[in-house]
Amino acid sequence: MFDSLTSRFSSAFSSLRSRGKISASDVDATCVQMREALLEADVALPVVEDFIEEIRTRSLALLPSLQAGSNQAQAIFDVVNAELTRILGSEARRVRFSKKPPTVIMLAGLQGAGKTTLAGKLAKYYADQGNTPLLVASDLQRPNAVTQLQILGQSIGVPVFAPEEGNGKGNPVNVATDGIKYASAKQFNMVIVDTAGRLGIDGELMNEAVAIRDAISPDEILFVVDAMMGQDAVRTAQSFQEGVGFDGVVLTKLDGDARGGSALSITQLTKRPIMFVSTGEKISDFDIFYPDRMASRILGLGDVATLAEQAKKAFDPATSAKLEEKFSSGEDFTLEDFLEQLQAMSKMGSMSKMLAMLPGAASMKKQIENFDEGELVRTRAIVQSMTPTERRDIKVLNGSRRARIALGSGRAVSEVNSLVERFSLAQKAMKAMRGGSMPAGMAMPAGMGASVGKPKQVPTKKKSKSGNPAKRALEERS
Amino acid sequence: MGLFSKLISKLTNSNEVSLSDWKTLEADLLAADIGPKIVESIINQARLIRGDQAQSALTQVLMKSLSRAPREMNLSVAKPSTFLIVGVNGTGKTTSAAKLAAHFQKKSLTVILGAADTFRAAAVEQLQTWGKRLDILVISGKEASDPAAVAFESAQKARDSHSDILIIDTAGRLHNKSDLMHELEKVKRVVEKITPVNEVLLVIDATTGQNGLIQAQVFSESVAVTGIILTKLDGSAKGGIALSIEATLDIPIKWIATGESIEDIAPFDPERYIEGLLA
Ligand SMILES: Nc1nc2c(ncn2[C@@H]2O[C@H](COP(=O)(O)OP(=O)(O)OP(=O)(O)O)[C@@H](O)[C@H]2O)c(=O)[nH]1
Ligand SMILES: [Mg+2]
Repeated sequence: MFDSLTSRFSSAFSSLRSRGKISASDVDATCVQMREALLEADVALPVVEDFIEEIRTRSLALLPSLQAGSNQAQAIFDVVNAELTRILGSEARRVRFSKKPPTVIMLAGLQGAGKTTLAGKLAKYYADQGNTPLLVASDLQRPNAVTQLQILGQSIGVPVFAPEEGNGKGNPVNVATDGIKYASAKQFNMVIVDTAGRLGIDGELMNEAVAIRDAISPDEILFVVDAMMGQDAVRTAQSFQEGVGFDGVVLTKLDGDARGGSALSITQLTKRPIMFVSTGEKISDFDIFYPDRMASRILGLGDVATLAEQAKKAFDPATSAKLEEKFSSGEDFTLEDFLEQLQAMSKMGSMSKMLAMLPGAASMKKQIENFDEGELVRTRAIVQSMTPTERRDIKVLNGSRRARIALGSGRAVSEVNSLVERFSLAQKAMKAMRGGSMPAGMAMPAGMGASVGKPKQVPTKKKSKSGNPAKRALEERS
Repeated sequence: MGLFSKLISKLTNSNEVSLSDWKTLEADLLAADIGPKIVESIINQARLIRGDQAQSALTQVLMKSLSRAPREMNLSVAKPSTFLIVGVNGTGKTTSAAKLAAHFQKKSLTVILGAADTFRAAAVEQLQTWGKRLDILVISGKEASDPAAVAFESAQKARDSHSDILIIDTAGRLHNKSDLMHELEKVKRVVEKITPVNEVLLVIDATTGQNGLIQAQVFSESVAVTGIILTKLDGSAKGGIALSIEATLDIPIKWIATGESIEDIAPFDPERYIEGLLA
């Protein structure tokens, strides 16, 4: 009933793909389906109409030039992909650093968009790159927004300039101005100013934002917008553009299952690039925006590039090398190795989030949604309750040892039994596969312990060469 | 005047409603976030309308998509009547909890607030600030403590002090995170050990697009939502997704919120809402 853009596109194109020769009326029918899919994905109507018209014209123009027997559906698919990527921006723009520090970033947006959390994430992101950010608490409106920023700052070790406690008291323009002065005096090279949420149509509050802007002349004003936003995103973005103006867009709550069609509308109509995305409640759930990834995600290709990057970050190269070594030298893969993998996986964040990034994920949405994250935690608890000897050789696990492990991990003995059983099966399977080219870091966990519907369905490798550059690069690497 | 009245006068006076008139009505309904499927069905029904009853007939078409479930709050004789406030991040849960508390306090009912958002930084303080302003007791636990424990304690407190109303604020959570949804189910379960939960109110931000429908569905499956609080209607967004929720899942909108001040909340009035949609 509630298909995402990804699954809608997948189905629009698979019906196209299943035909031999595509006629003009096939293109039209696909366009009708695409229109509804884009609307369901919250792309604004005027943007949808333009987009569809463009695709239709370009596809029709393409048809005669295609050889009979060539993959026409693929050609049209490529047109759609290219057009989507073009609208989303050809590459991610980075923050412009001011020649005269501090570089000042001002956040603006509606109430509840996620500005305060984002301020913390930005600060952490730039601090990790060797900058010295200062957070400035200019949201004096929402109760305890100042406290929230202070707690965030403390947790990431970034100072917060907060002379006013807020809750309706104090002047946000003065706080911002004083914040910049303080940053200059104390040699911070970057200032991130959190402001109160305001409605696009609230003239008075928009003027306040203008006053803050004029007082601090920010190098970047970032418009923060919730990825779940509907058709009004365009109107809101336009009134912010006319009101305070902004240089870039940040898309938040992208860890939800909204496809974020509003992103497409906003960049298209305001001509401002999306620069960052926020993908969760943890400070580290943050990334720069990759237009091609977003386009391929929309098109149901899965966000393989992101997944690969996260895996690389989570799996320590030494551990991976050691595993690979073990694997090819014929040594047994032990529960100890498995525990290391489980730990690395938990570093990668939620399993369902990762699975959702795989190509073809749209077609197994239900399984992914039903993925029981707790299973990984429980499995880890059981393995952690074993002694090193037990982990290295499961054959020593007799009845009394199993009972002790169950007690220690707070799980039932039957769960311990089933884990051991599945592990020994997996060990056998690994032996049989030995010599294959499976990347060690990714080999075991999906099938182990976790009750994801049918892990076999996850197409970890595809024969086809993808039309998407990021994905193709990845295919060629493996 | 708005397109609606133009369309109605055309329907009333003649049968000459052009294709572009229907296209404009479609565009308006879509712009309100009602969603392509329901818009299509509304337009199809509206196309059958003719003659001098056009105005009321068209309103009827829209009214028909609304839920028929009662919109009044379900208050019990036994104390306390308990409301659980749920929803995704940033929709206005905490503010709405405070507004509802003030609303019932004005009716001379005694209210207790439970601060079961133990996750987001300063969420507890945010509710406490409201509590202080309203002189309403806020039950809270330590930061990062178990939200179910806080909810349990507030239920005990409300029962033991014979309070009329208990309103429990919960942390924002995305419906696609099953662990967080399980946590919410647990909050509800433990409260029910002390007192029945009269209302589970899902807070939907009027700017929400089609994802709102999935939110409502998943939250309902998990904690049986009994009503919607539609917030931020003071902005330019029309909140049509709530109409979709009513039409698809039969969950009634019970309250609308129209600002950041404590009094900016009111019971939902279907007719005025439909009027506003087409204004
Ligand atoms: N304009 C407007 N703003 C509102 C309304 N309701 C809440 N807000 C604002 O929206 C922002 C978020 O509100 P909260 O009540 O903190 O939202 P929440 O759902 O509790 O947020 P989390 O607990 O972080 O998930 C605050 O700035 C509120 O002042 C409303 O009806 N209109
Ligand atoms: Mg809250």
